[in-house]
Amino acid sequence: MAHEFLIEARGLSRRYGSHTAASDISLSLRKGEILGLLGPNGAGKSTTMKMLAGVLAPSAGTVMINGVSLADDPKRAKQSLGYLPELPPVYPELTVDEYLRYCASLHGLRRSERAAALQRAKQSCGLSEVSRRLIGNLSKGYQQRVGIAQAIIHRPAVVILDEPTVGLDPIQILEIRRLIKALGQEHGVILSSHILPEIQAVCARVMIIHRGRLVYAEPLATAGSEGFKTIIAGFLRMPAFDVLLSLPGVGEIETLAGSQIRITVNNAGDDPRAAIAEAAAAHGWGLIELHAERRTLEEIFVELSTGDAHTLEEAA
Amino acid sequence: MPIVLTIARTEARRIFVSPLAWTVLAVLQSILGVVFLLLILDYAQNPRGPESSVGLSDYIGGGLYSFATLVLLLVMPLLTMRLFAEERQNGNLTLLLASPVSLIEIVLGKFLGLFSFIAATILLLAAMPLMLLVGSNLDLGRIAAGLLGLSLMMMALGAAGLYVSSLTREPTIAAVASFGLLLMLWLMQVLSSQPGWIGKLLGYLAIVGHFENLRRGIFSSVDIVYYLLFTVLFLWLAVLQLDSERN
Repeated sequence: MAHEFLIEARGLSRRYGSHTAASDISLSLRKGEILGLLGPNGAGKSTTMKMLAGVLAPSAGTVMINGVSLADDPKRAKQSLGYLPELPPVYPELTVDEYLRYCASLHGLRRSERAAALQRAKQSCGLSEVSRRLIGNLSKGYQQRVGIAQAIIHRPAVVILDEPTVGLDPIQILEIRRLIKALGQEHGVILSSHILPEIQAVCARVMIIHRGRLVYAEPLATAGSEGFKTIIAGFLRMPAFDVLLSLPGVGEIETLAGSQIRITVNNAGDDPRAAIAEAAAAHGWGLIELHAERRTLEEIFVELSTGDAHTLEEAA
Repeated sequence: MPIVLTIARTEARRIFVSPLAWTVLAVLQSILGVVFLLLILDYAQNPRGPESSVGLSDYIGGGLYSFATLVLLLVMPLLTMRLFAEERQNGNLTLLLASPVSLIEIVLGKFLGLFSFIAATILLLAAMPLMLLVGSNLDLGRIAAGLLGLSLMMMALGAAGLYVSSLTREPTIAAVASFGLLLMLWLMQVLSSQPGWIGKLLGYLAIVGHFENLRRGIFSSVDIVYYLLFTVLFLWLAVLQLDSERN
Protein backbone atom coordinates (compact mmCIF):
# COMPACT_ATOMS: atom_id res chain seq x y z
CA MET A 1 0.00 0.00 0.00
CA ALA A 2 3.00 2.29 -0.35
CA HIS A 3 1.92 4.79 -2.93
CA GLU A 4 3.79 7.95 -3.53
CA PHE A 5 0.65 10.05 -3.45
CA LEU A 6 -2.18 9.70 -0.97
CA ILE A 7 -4.41 11.76 -3.20
CA GLU A 8 -3.90 12.29 -6.84
CA ALA A 9 -6.59 14.28 -8.63
CA ARG A 10 -6.35 15.08 -12.30
CA GLY A 11 -8.40 17.56 -14.28
CA LEU A 12 -11.34 17.70 -11.89
CA SER A 13 -14.29 19.68 -13.24
CA ARG A 14 -17.78 20.07 -12.00
CA ARG A 15 -20.63 21.76 -13.78
CA TYR A 16 -24.09 22.47 -12.44
CA GLY A 17 -26.08 23.03 -15.59
CA SER A 18 -24.38 25.94 -17.32
CA HIS A 19 -22.59 27.06 -14.16
CA THR A 20 -19.06 25.75 -13.75
CA ALA A 21 -18.19 25.39 -10.08
CA ALA A 22 -14.76 23.92 -10.61
CA SER A 23 -12.74 23.41 -13.73
CA ASP A 24 -9.58 21.50 -14.46
CA ILE A 25 -8.27 21.25 -10.92
CA SER A 26 -5.33 18.91 -10.39
CA LEU A 27 -3.68 18.32 -7.08
CA SER A 28 -1.68 15.74 -5.23
CA LEU A 29 -0.93 15.08 -1.61
CA ARG A 30 1.96 13.13 -0.11
CA LYS A 31 2.09 11.42 3.23
CA GLY A 32 3.00 13.83 5.99
CA GLU A 33 1.91 16.86 4.06
CA ILE A 34 -0.65 19.53 4.92
CA LEU A 35 -2.15 21.21 1.92
CA GLY A 36 -4.24 24.34 2.24
CA LEU A 37 -6.95 25.30 -0.21
CA LEU A 38 -7.46 29.01 -0.07
CA GLY A 39 -10.02 31.10 -1.85
CA PRO A 40 -12.70 33.68 -1.32
CA ASN A 41 -16.21 32.51 -0.50
CA GLY A 42 -17.84 30.68 -3.37
CA ALA A 43 -14.55 30.04 -5.15
CA GLY A 44 -15.17 26.32 -5.51
CA LYS A 45 -13.24 25.02 -2.49
CA SER A 46 -16.12 23.01 -1.09
CA THR A 47 -17.03 21.60 -4.49
CA THR A 48 -13.45 20.46 -4.96
CA MET A 49 -13.37 18.85 -1.53
CA LYS A 50 -16.70 17.12 -2.10
CA MET A 51 -15.28 15.58 -5.25
CA LEU A 52 -12.15 14.47 -3.41
CA ALA A 53 -14.29 12.90 -0.69
CA GLY A 54 -16.45 11.03 -3.19
CA VAL A 55 -19.67 12.75 -2.16
CA LEU A 56 -19.97 14.45 -5.52
CA ALA A 57 -19.00 12.80 -8.77
CA PRO A 58 -16.83 15.04 -10.98
CA SER A 59 -18.12 15.95 -14.44
CA ALA A 60 -14.63 15.21 -15.71
CA GLY A 61 -11.37 14.07 -14.20
CA THR A 62 -10.22 11.30 -11.86
CA VAL A 63 -9.37 10.97 -8.20
CA MET A 64 -7.04 8.29 -6.85
CA ILE A 65 -6.99 7.79 -3.10
CA ASN A 66 -4.03 5.82 -1.86
CA GLY A 67 -3.74 4.26 -5.30
CA VAL A 68 -7.41 3.26 -5.52
CA SER A 69 -9.71 4.95 -8.00
CA LEU A 70 -12.61 6.67 -6.29
CA ALA A 71 -14.85 6.10 -9.31
CA ASP A 72 -14.09 2.39 -9.82
CA ASP A 73 -13.85 1.15 -6.26
CA PRO A 74 -15.48 3.78 -4.06
CA LYS A 75 -15.83 1.52 -1.02
CA ARG A 76 -12.17 0.67 -0.81
CA ALA A 77 -11.06 4.20 -1.66
CA LYS A 78 -13.31 5.74 0.98
CA GLN A 79 -11.83 3.51 3.66
CA SER A 80 -8.68 5.63 3.56
CA LEU A 81 -10.66 8.86 3.79
CA GLY A 82 -11.90 11.00 6.63
CA TYR A 83 -14.04 13.94 5.63
CA LEU A 84 -15.43 16.89 7.52
CA PRO A 85 -17.92 18.78 5.34
CA GLU A 86 -18.86 22.44 5.78
CA LEU A 87 -21.64 21.53 8.18
CA PRO A 88 -20.51 18.92 10.70
CA PRO A 89 -22.53 15.80 9.78
CA VAL A 90 -23.62 15.03 13.33
CA TYR A 91 -26.85 13.50 14.61
CA PRO A 92 -28.14 15.94 17.25
CA GLU A 93 -30.32 13.30 18.93
CA LEU A 94 -27.40 11.00 19.80
CA THR A 95 -24.76 11.38 22.48
CA VAL A 96 -21.14 11.98 21.51
CA ASP A 97 -20.18 8.41 22.41
CA GLU A 98 -23.07 6.82 20.53
CA TYR A 99 -22.38 8.90 17.47
CA LEU A 100 -18.63 8.28 17.36
CA ARG A 101 -19.11 4.56 17.98
CA TYR A 102 -21.48 4.49 15.00
CA CYS A 103 -18.94 6.34 12.83
CA ALA A 104 -16.28 3.83 13.83
CA SER A 105 -18.42 0.89 12.79
CA LEU A 106 -19.45 2.60 9.55
CA HIS A 107 -15.77 2.68 8.68
CA GLY A 108 -15.46 -1.00 9.37
CA LEU A 109 -13.61 -0.86 12.68
CA ARG A 110 -13.93 -4.13 14.52
CA ARG A 111 -15.70 -4.20 17.86
CA SER A 112 -12.43 -4.80 19.69
CA GLU A 113 -10.79 -1.75 18.13
CA ARG A 114 -13.72 0.59 18.64
CA ALA A 115 -13.28 1.46 22.29
CA ALA A 116 -9.65 2.41 21.82
CA ALA A 117 -10.38 4.40 18.67
CA LEU A 118 -13.21 6.22 20.46
CA GLN A 119 -10.97 7.09 23.36
CA ARG A 120 -8.19 8.34 21.12
CA ALA A 121 -10.46 10.48 18.94
CA LYS A 122 -12.16 12.03 21.96
CA GLN A 123 -8.83 12.80 23.53
CA SER A 124 -7.39 14.42 20.40
CA CYS A 125 -10.44 16.61 19.97
CA GLY A 126 -10.95 17.46 23.64
CA LEU A 127 -14.32 15.74 23.89
CA SER A 128 -13.71 13.53 26.91
CA GLU A 129 -15.85 15.58 29.30
CA VAL A 130 -18.86 15.70 26.98
CA SER A 131 -18.97 11.98 26.04
CA ARG A 132 -22.43 11.43 27.44
CA ARG A 133 -24.03 14.70 26.36
CA LEU A 134 -26.44 14.92 23.44
CA ILE A 135 -24.71 16.45 20.45
CA GLY A 136 -27.71 18.72 19.84
CA ASN A 137 -27.14 20.36 23.23
CA LEU A 138 -23.48 21.11 22.60
CA SER A 139 -22.21 24.48 21.43
CA LYS A 140 -21.28 25.06 17.81
CA GLY A 141 -17.59 24.75 18.65
CA TYR A 142 -18.06 21.38 20.31
CA GLN A 143 -20.21 20.14 17.43
CA GLN A 144 -17.41 21.13 15.09
CA ARG A 145 -14.98 19.11 17.22
CA VAL A 146 -17.30 16.11 17.08
CA GLY A 147 -17.24 16.54 13.30
CA ILE A 148 -13.45 16.47 13.31
CA ALA A 149 -13.40 13.47 15.65
CA GLN A 150 -15.68 11.67 13.21
CA ALA A 151 -13.23 12.33 10.38
CA ILE A 152 -10.19 10.94 12.21
CA ILE A 153 -11.65 8.13 14.33
CA HIS A 154 -10.64 5.41 11.90
CA ARG A 155 -7.14 6.86 11.39
CA PRO A 156 -7.53 7.37 7.67
CA ALA A 157 -4.55 7.98 5.43
CA VAL A 158 -6.15 11.16 4.14
CA VAL A 159 -8.10 13.69 6.14
CA ILE A 160 -10.14 16.30 4.28
CA LEU A 161 -11.33 19.19 6.42
CA ASP A 162 -13.62 21.83 4.96
CA GLU A 163 -13.21 25.00 7.01
CA PRO A 164 -12.41 23.16 10.23
CA THR A 165 -12.17 26.16 12.54
CA VAL A 166 -15.44 27.88 11.69
CA GLY A 167 -17.39 28.70 14.83
CA LEU A 168 -14.55 28.02 17.24
CA ASP A 169 -13.20 30.46 19.81
CA PRO A 170 -9.55 31.57 19.59
CA ILE A 171 -8.31 29.01 22.10
CA GLN A 172 -10.14 26.18 20.38
CA ILE A 173 -8.71 27.37 17.06
CA LEU A 174 -5.21 27.03 18.47
CA GLU A 175 -6.03 23.55 19.76
CA ILE A 176 -7.45 22.47 16.41
CA ARG A 177 -4.41 23.86 14.60
CA ARG A 178 -2.19 21.85 16.88
CA LEU A 179 -4.33 18.80 16.18
CA ILE A 180 -4.11 19.34 12.43
CA LYS A 181 -0.34 19.69 12.63
CA ALA A 182 -0.16 16.45 14.61
CA LEU A 183 -2.38 14.72 12.06
CA GLY A 184 -0.12 16.01 9.30
CA GLN A 185 2.77 13.98 10.63
CA GLU A 186 1.23 10.58 10.04
CA HIS A 187 -1.58 11.36 7.63
CA GLY A 188 -2.05 13.60 4.66
CA VAL A 189 -4.32 16.53 5.38
CA ILE A 190 -6.16 18.85 3.02
CA LEU A 191 -7.91 21.76 4.60
CA SER A 192 -9.75 24.69 3.15
CA SER A 193 -10.24 28.14 4.48
CA HIS A 194 -10.91 31.65 3.37
CA ILE A 195 -8.86 32.89 6.31
CA LEU A 196 -5.22 33.42 5.43
CA PRO A 197 -3.50 33.26 8.80
CA GLU A 198 -5.08 29.89 9.32
CA ILE A 199 -3.48 28.45 6.22
CA GLN A 200 -0.19 30.16 7.02
CA ALA A 201 -0.21 28.69 10.50
CA VAL A 202 -0.49 25.03 9.56
CA CYS A 203 0.04 24.36 5.88
CA ALA A 204 3.25 23.48 4.12
CA ARG A 205 1.76 24.02 0.71
CA VAL A 206 -1.00 26.27 -0.47
CA MET A 207 -3.30 26.32 -3.46
CA ILE A 208 -5.44 29.29 -4.22
CA ILE A 209 -8.71 28.59 -5.96
CA HIS A 210 -10.56 31.42 -7.55
CA ARG A 211 -13.75 31.19 -9.56
CA GLY A 212 -13.39 27.44 -9.87
CA ARG A 213 -9.82 27.51 -11.12
CA LEU A 214 -6.51 26.79 -9.53
CA VAL A 215 -4.65 30.08 -9.78
CA TYR A 216 -1.67 29.53 -7.49
CA ALA A 217 0.06 26.44 -6.16
CA GLU A 218 3.35 26.76 -4.34
CA PRO A 219 5.01 25.62 -1.16
CA LEU A 220 4.21 28.22 1.46
CA ALA A 221 7.91 28.92 2.07
CA THR A 222 8.39 30.45 -1.37
CA ALA A 223 5.83 33.16 -0.81
CA GLY A 224 7.81 35.90 0.89
CA SER A 225 11.28 34.48 0.44
CA GLU A 226 11.72 35.56 -3.13
CA GLY A 227 13.72 38.76 -3.74
CA PHE A 228 12.13 42.15 -3.39
CA LYS A 229 11.74 44.94 -5.88
CA THR A 230 10.65 47.78 -3.66
CA ILE A 231 11.63 49.28 -0.34
CA ILE A 232 9.44 51.32 1.95
CA ALA A 233 11.19 54.05 3.95
CA GLY A 234 9.69 56.51 6.42
CA PHE A 235 11.34 59.77 7.49
CA LEU A 236 10.54 62.52 9.96
CA ARG A 237 11.78 65.10 7.46
CA MET A 238 11.40 64.64 3.71
CA PRO A 239 14.81 63.67 2.28
CA ALA A 240 16.37 65.21 -0.80
CA PHE A 241 15.49 62.89 -3.65
CA ASP A 242 18.61 63.69 -5.67
CA VAL A 243 20.78 62.41 -2.81
CA LEU A 244 18.73 59.24 -2.64
CA LEU A 245 18.79 58.73 -6.37
CA SER A 246 22.57 58.95 -6.38
CA LEU A 247 22.81 55.95 -4.06
CA PRO A 248 23.74 52.70 -5.83
CA GLY A 249 20.80 50.46 -6.66
CA VAL A 250 18.07 53.08 -6.22
CA GLY A 251 15.81 53.30 -9.26
CA GLU A 252 12.64 55.30 -8.89
CA ILE A 253 11.14 57.08 -5.92
CA GLU A 254 7.47 57.50 -5.22
CA THR A 255 6.02 59.47 -2.35
CA LEU A 256 3.37 57.79 -0.29
CA ALA A 257 0.97 59.03 2.35
CA GLY A 258 2.58 60.46 5.50
CA SER A 259 6.27 60.91 4.94
CA GLN A 260 6.84 57.48 3.50
CA ILE A 261 8.45 56.84 0.18
CA ARG A 262 8.61 53.75 -1.96
CA ILE A 263 11.94 53.11 -3.61
CA THR A 264 12.15 50.78 -6.56
CA VAL A 265 15.48 49.06 -6.90
CA ASN A 266 17.28 48.85 -10.23
CA ASN A 267 17.99 45.14 -10.25
CA ALA A 268 16.42 42.35 -8.28
CA GLY A 269 19.64 41.62 -6.40
CA ASP A 270 20.33 45.20 -5.29
CA ASP A 271 19.90 46.08 -1.67
CA PRO A 272 20.42 49.81 -1.02
CA ARG A 273 19.00 49.70 2.49
CA ALA A 274 22.31 50.11 4.32
CA ALA A 275 23.25 53.02 2.06
CA ILE A 276 19.88 54.69 2.67
CA ALA A 277 20.32 54.39 6.43
CA GLU A 278 23.79 55.91 6.28
CA ALA A 279 22.60 58.75 4.07
CA ALA A 280 19.70 59.41 6.42
CA ALA A 281 22.06 59.58 9.39
CA ALA A 282 24.47 61.86 7.56
CA HIS A 283 21.76 64.30 6.44
CA GLY A 284 19.63 64.15 9.57
CA TRP A 285 16.37 63.04 7.84
CA GLY A 286 15.19 61.18 10.89
CA LEU A 287 14.81 57.68 9.50
CA ILE A 288 12.01 55.92 11.32
CA GLU A 289 11.15 53.02 9.03
CA LEU A 290 12.98 50.98 6.46
CA HIS A 291 11.94 47.61 5.10
CA ALA A 292 11.82 45.61 1.93
CA GLU A 293 8.38 45.05 0.47
CA ARG A 294 7.90 41.34 0.00
CA ARG A 295 5.02 39.63 -1.70
CA THR A 296 3.24 37.99 1.15
CA LEU A 297 0.67 35.29 0.66
CA GLU A 298 -1.91 37.88 1.50
CA GLU A 299 -0.84 40.14 -1.34
CA ILE A 300 -0.76 37.25 -3.75
CA PHE A 301 -4.21 36.25 -2.56
CA VAL A 302 -5.65 39.75 -2.86
CA GLU A 303 -3.96 40.32 -6.19
CA LEU A 304 -5.26 37.07 -7.64
CA SER A 305 -8.77 37.49 -6.37
CA THR A 306 -9.19 41.19 -7.17
CA GLY A 307 -7.58 40.83 -10.61
CA ASP A 308 -10.62 38.90 -11.63
CA ALA A 309 -12.97 41.24 -9.87
CA HIS A 310 -11.79 43.98 -12.21
CA THR A 311 -12.57 41.96 -15.27
CA LEU A 312 -15.90 41.21 -13.68
CA GLU A 313 -16.64 44.91 -13.31
CA GLU A 314 -15.60 45.54 -16.88
CA ALA A 315 -17.88 42.82 -18.08
CA ALA A 316 -20.80 44.22 -16.12
CA MET B 1 -24.37 -7.14 5.00
CA PRO B 2 -23.68 -6.47 8.70
CA ILE B 3 -23.19 -2.81 7.84
CA VAL B 4 -26.89 -2.67 6.85
CA LEU B 5 -27.80 -3.85 10.33
CA THR B 6 -25.45 -1.32 11.90
CA ILE B 7 -27.15 1.47 9.98
CA ALA B 8 -30.59 0.04 10.76
CA ARG B 9 -29.85 -0.15 14.47
CA THR B 10 -28.71 3.45 14.65
CA GLU B 11 -31.62 4.64 12.50
CA ALA B 12 -34.07 2.83 14.77
CA ARG B 13 -32.44 4.36 17.79
CA ARG B 14 -32.66 7.81 16.22
CA ILE B 15 -36.37 7.29 15.52
CA PHE B 16 -37.10 6.26 19.08
CA VAL B 17 -35.03 8.88 20.87
CA SER B 18 -36.95 11.60 19.03
CA PRO B 19 -40.22 12.79 20.50
CA LEU B 20 -41.85 12.60 17.06
CA ALA B 21 -42.11 8.81 17.03
CA TRP B 22 -43.58 8.68 20.53
CA THR B 23 -46.04 11.46 19.79
CA VAL B 24 -47.14 9.70 16.63
CA LEU B 25 -47.55 6.40 18.45
CA ALA B 26 -49.48 8.06 21.28
CA VAL B 27 -51.87 9.87 18.94
CA LEU B 28 -52.27 6.75 16.84
CA GLN B 29 -53.05 4.66 19.89
CA SER B 30 -55.58 7.18 21.25
CA ILE B 31 -57.48 7.43 17.98
CA LEU B 32 -57.49 3.70 17.39
CA GLY B 33 -58.39 3.12 21.03
CA VAL B 34 -61.53 5.21 20.60
CA VAL B 35 -62.40 3.38 17.38
CA PHE B 36 -61.82 0.06 19.12
CA LEU B 37 -64.10 1.08 21.98
CA LEU B 38 -66.84 2.22 19.58
CA LEU B 39 -66.63 -1.06 17.71
CA ILE B 40 -66.96 -3.06 20.93
CA LEU B 41 -69.93 -0.99 22.14
CA ASP B 42 -71.58 -1.35 18.75
CA TYR B 43 -70.99 -5.10 18.75
CA ALA B 44 -72.32 -5.46 22.29
CA GLN B 45 -75.48 -3.50 21.52
CA ASN B 46 -76.25 -5.50 18.38
CA PRO B 47 -75.33 -9.03 19.35
CA ARG B 48 -75.13 -11.43 16.47
CA GLY B 49 -75.99 -15.05 16.97
CA PRO B 50 -73.54 -17.91 16.49
CA GLU B 51 -75.01 -18.49 13.03
CA SER B 52 -74.07 -14.98 11.89
CA SER B 53 -71.42 -14.85 9.18
CA VAL B 54 -69.64 -11.90 10.80
CA GLY B 55 -67.74 -12.95 13.88
CA LEU B 56 -66.07 -10.93 16.61
CA SER B 57 -62.60 -11.20 15.04
CA ASP B 58 -63.98 -9.98 11.75
CA TYR B 59 -66.04 -7.19 13.14
CA ILE B 60 -63.59 -5.78 15.62
CA GLY B 61 -60.24 -6.84 14.22
CA GLY B 62 -61.23 -6.18 10.64
CA GLY B 63 -63.00 -2.92 11.42
CA LEU B 64 -60.12 -1.64 13.48
CA TYR B 65 -57.52 -2.54 10.91
CA SER B 66 -59.33 -1.06 7.97
CA PHE B 67 -59.64 2.20 9.88
CA ALA B 68 -55.96 1.94 10.80
CA THR B 69 -54.93 1.97 7.12
CA LEU B 70 -56.30 5.48 6.75
CA VAL B 71 -54.55 6.80 9.85
CA LEU B 72 -51.28 5.15 8.87
CA LEU B 73 -51.53 6.76 5.47
CA LEU B 74 -51.49 10.12 7.25
CA VAL B 75 -48.71 9.17 9.63
CA MET B 76 -46.10 7.45 7.49
CA PRO B 77 -45.04 10.59 5.56
CA LEU B 78 -44.15 12.26 8.88
CA LEU B 79 -41.67 9.51 9.64
CA THR B 80 -40.26 9.10 6.16
CA MET B 81 -39.64 12.82 5.66
CA ARG B 82 -36.78 12.64 8.12
CA LEU B 83 -34.97 9.84 6.35
CA PHE B 84 -33.35 11.83 3.58
CA ALA B 85 -34.96 15.27 3.23
CA GLU B 86 -34.34 16.40 6.80
CA GLU B 87 -30.86 14.90 6.85
CA ARG B 88 -30.00 16.67 3.65
CA GLN B 89 -31.18 19.93 5.15
CA ASN B 90 -29.13 19.39 8.32
CA GLY B 91 -26.12 18.32 6.30
CA ASN B 92 -25.69 15.04 8.14
CA LEU B 93 -26.58 12.87 5.17
CA THR B 94 -22.95 13.44 4.14
CA LEU B 95 -21.83 11.15 6.94
CA LEU B 96 -23.27 8.12 5.16
CA LEU B 97 -22.40 9.35 1.67
CA ALA B 98 -18.73 9.81 2.58
CA SER B 99 -18.52 6.46 4.40
CA PRO B 100 -17.31 3.30 2.70
CA VAL B 101 -20.91 2.12 2.34
CA SER B 102 -22.87 1.57 -0.87
CA LEU B 103 -26.08 3.41 -1.65
CA ILE B 104 -28.02 0.15 -1.56
CA GLU B 105 -26.75 -0.48 1.98
CA ILE B 106 -27.72 3.06 3.00
CA VAL B 107 -31.27 2.74 1.63
CA LEU B 108 -31.77 -0.75 3.05
CA GLY B 109 -30.39 0.30 6.42
CA LYS B 110 -32.69 3.28 6.63
CA PHE B 111 -35.66 1.20 5.54
CA LEU B 112 -34.97 -1.49 8.12
CA GLY B 113 -34.62 1.23 10.74
CA LEU B 114 -38.05 2.51 9.74
CA PHE B 115 -39.33 -1.04 10.02
CA SER B 116 -38.69 -0.90 13.77
CA PHE B 117 -41.34 1.79 13.95
CA ILE B 118 -43.70 -0.32 11.82
CA ALA B 119 -43.13 -3.23 14.20
CA ALA B 120 -43.97 -1.06 17.20
CA THR B 121 -47.22 0.04 15.56
CA ILE B 122 -48.13 -3.54 14.72
CA LEU B 123 -47.55 -4.59 18.33
CA LEU B 124 -49.86 -1.88 19.60
CA LEU B 125 -52.47 -2.81 17.01
CA ALA B 126 -52.21 -6.47 17.94
CA ALA B 127 -52.63 -5.77 21.64
CA MET B 128 -56.12 -4.27 21.34
CA PRO B 129 -58.04 -7.20 19.80
CA LEU B 130 -55.95 -9.71 21.75
CA MET B 131 -57.32 -8.20 24.97
CA LEU B 132 -60.64 -9.74 23.97
CA LEU B 133 -59.11 -13.20 24.37
CA VAL B 134 -60.04 -12.88 28.03
CA GLY B 135 -63.77 -13.23 27.44
CA SER B 136 -64.24 -14.54 23.94
CA ASN B 137 -63.07 -16.94 21.25
CA LEU B 138 -61.02 -15.06 18.72
CA ASP B 139 -60.05 -16.36 15.31
CA LEU B 140 -56.33 -15.78 15.75
CA GLY B 141 -55.62 -16.67 12.13
CA ARG B 142 -57.75 -13.81 10.92
CA ILE B 143 -56.15 -11.35 13.29
CA ALA B 144 -52.72 -12.53 12.19
CA ALA B 145 -53.63 -12.20 8.52
CA GLY B 146 -54.89 -8.67 9.17
CA LEU B 147 -51.68 -7.75 10.98
CA LEU B 148 -49.55 -9.26 8.24
CA GLY B 149 -51.50 -7.22 5.70
CA LEU B 150 -51.03 -4.06 7.74
CA SER B 151 -47.31 -4.56 8.08
CA LEU B 152 -46.94 -5.24 4.37
CA MET B 153 -48.95 -2.15 3.57
CA MET B 154 -46.93 -0.02 5.96
CA MET B 155 -43.76 -1.29 4.35
CA ALA B 156 -45.09 -0.23 0.97
CA LEU B 157 -46.16 3.17 2.30
CA GLY B 158 -42.80 3.56 3.99
CA ALA B 159 -40.86 2.68 0.84
CA ALA B 160 -42.87 5.18 -1.21
CA GLY B 161 -42.31 7.85 1.44
CA LEU B 162 -38.60 7.06 1.57
CA TYR B 163 -38.35 7.56 -2.17
CA VAL B 164 -40.15 10.91 -2.08
CA SER B 165 -37.92 11.93 0.82
CA SER B 166 -34.87 11.24 -1.33
CA LEU B 167 -36.10 13.73 -3.93
CA THR B 168 -36.00 16.91 -1.90
CA ARG B 169 -34.16 18.74 0.85
CA GLU B 170 -37.28 20.20 2.48
CA PRO B 171 -38.84 17.82 5.02
CA THR B 172 -42.23 19.52 4.76
CA ILE B 173 -42.24 19.15 0.98
CA ALA B 174 -41.29 15.50 1.38
CA ALA B 175 -44.16 14.98 3.81
CA VAL B 176 -46.76 16.76 1.68
CA ALA B 177 -45.62 15.09 -1.54
CA SER B 178 -45.58 11.59 -0.09
CA PHE B 179 -48.94 12.22 1.49
CA GLY B 180 -50.23 13.21 -1.96
CA LEU B 181 -48.72 10.14 -3.58
CA LEU B 182 -50.14 7.78 -0.97
CA LEU B 183 -53.56 9.38 -1.16
CA MET B 184 -53.53 8.96 -4.93
CA LEU B 185 -52.74 5.28 -4.55
CA TRP B 186 -55.56 5.07 -2.06
CA LEU B 187 -58.00 6.92 -4.35
CA MET B 188 -57.37 4.37 -7.10
CA GLN B 189 -59.46 2.03 -5.04
CA VAL B 190 -62.44 4.36 -5.48
CA LEU B 191 -61.84 4.65 -9.21
CA SER B 192 -61.57 0.90 -9.57
CA SER B 193 -65.36 0.69 -9.55
CA GLN B 194 -65.25 2.08 -13.10
CA PRO B 195 -66.28 -0.49 -15.70
CA GLY B 196 -63.86 -2.03 -18.17
CA TRP B 197 -60.14 -2.69 -18.07
CA ILE B 198 -59.30 0.71 -16.57
CA GLY B 199 -61.24 -0.14 -13.47
CA LYS B 200 -59.55 -3.51 -13.30
CA LEU B 201 -56.10 -2.00 -13.74
CA LEU B 202 -56.68 0.67 -11.10
CA GLY B 203 -58.11 -1.92 -8.78
CA TYR B 204 -54.96 -3.94 -9.18
CA LEU B 205 -52.70 -0.95 -8.56
CA ALA B 206 -54.63 0.47 -5.60
CA ILE B 207 -52.67 0.03 -2.42
CA VAL B 208 -55.62 -0.64 -0.14
CA GLY B 209 -57.34 -3.24 -2.33
CA HIS B 210 -54.72 -5.86 -1.69
CA PHE B 211 -55.17 -5.36 2.00
CA GLU B 212 -58.88 -6.21 1.82
CA ASN B 213 -58.28 -9.92 1.20
CA LEU B 214 -55.83 -10.26 4.05
CA ARG B 215 -58.13 -8.34 6.35
CA ARG B 216 -60.83 -10.84 5.59
CA GLY B 217 -58.41 -13.63 6.36
CA ILE B 218 -57.65 -14.64 2.80
CA PHE B 219 -53.94 -15.22 2.31
CA SER B 220 -53.28 -14.90 -1.38
CA SER B 221 -49.78 -14.78 -2.74
CA VAL B 222 -50.75 -12.15 -5.34
CA ASP B 223 -51.31 -9.60 -2.58
CA ILE B 224 -48.09 -10.48 -0.80
CA VAL B 225 -46.12 -10.24 -4.03
CA TYR B 226 -47.81 -6.93 -4.85
CA TYR B 227 -46.63 -5.34 -1.63
CA LEU B 228 -43.13 -6.79 -1.87
CA LEU B 229 -42.75 -5.62 -5.48
CA PHE B 230 -44.11 -2.21 -4.56
CA THR B 231 -41.59 -1.90 -1.72
CA VAL B 232 -38.62 -3.09 -3.75
CA LEU B 233 -39.55 -0.79 -6.64
CA PHE B 234 -39.57 2.35 -4.52
CA LEU B 235 -36.42 1.41 -2.61
CA TRP B 236 -34.68 0.86 -5.93
CA LEU B 237 -35.94 4.23 -7.20
CA ALA B 238 -34.47 5.85 -4.09
CA VAL B 239 -31.09 4.25 -4.78
CA LEU B 240 -31.20 5.54 -8.35
CA GLN B 241 -32.16 8.99 -7.14
CA LEU B 242 -29.26 9.17 -4.68
CA ASP B 243 -26.90 7.96 -7.36
CA SER B 244 -28.05 10.55 -9.89
CA GLU B 245 -27.64 13.25 -7.28
CA ARG B 246 -24.00 12.38 -6.81
CA ASN B 247 -23.50 12.84 -10.52
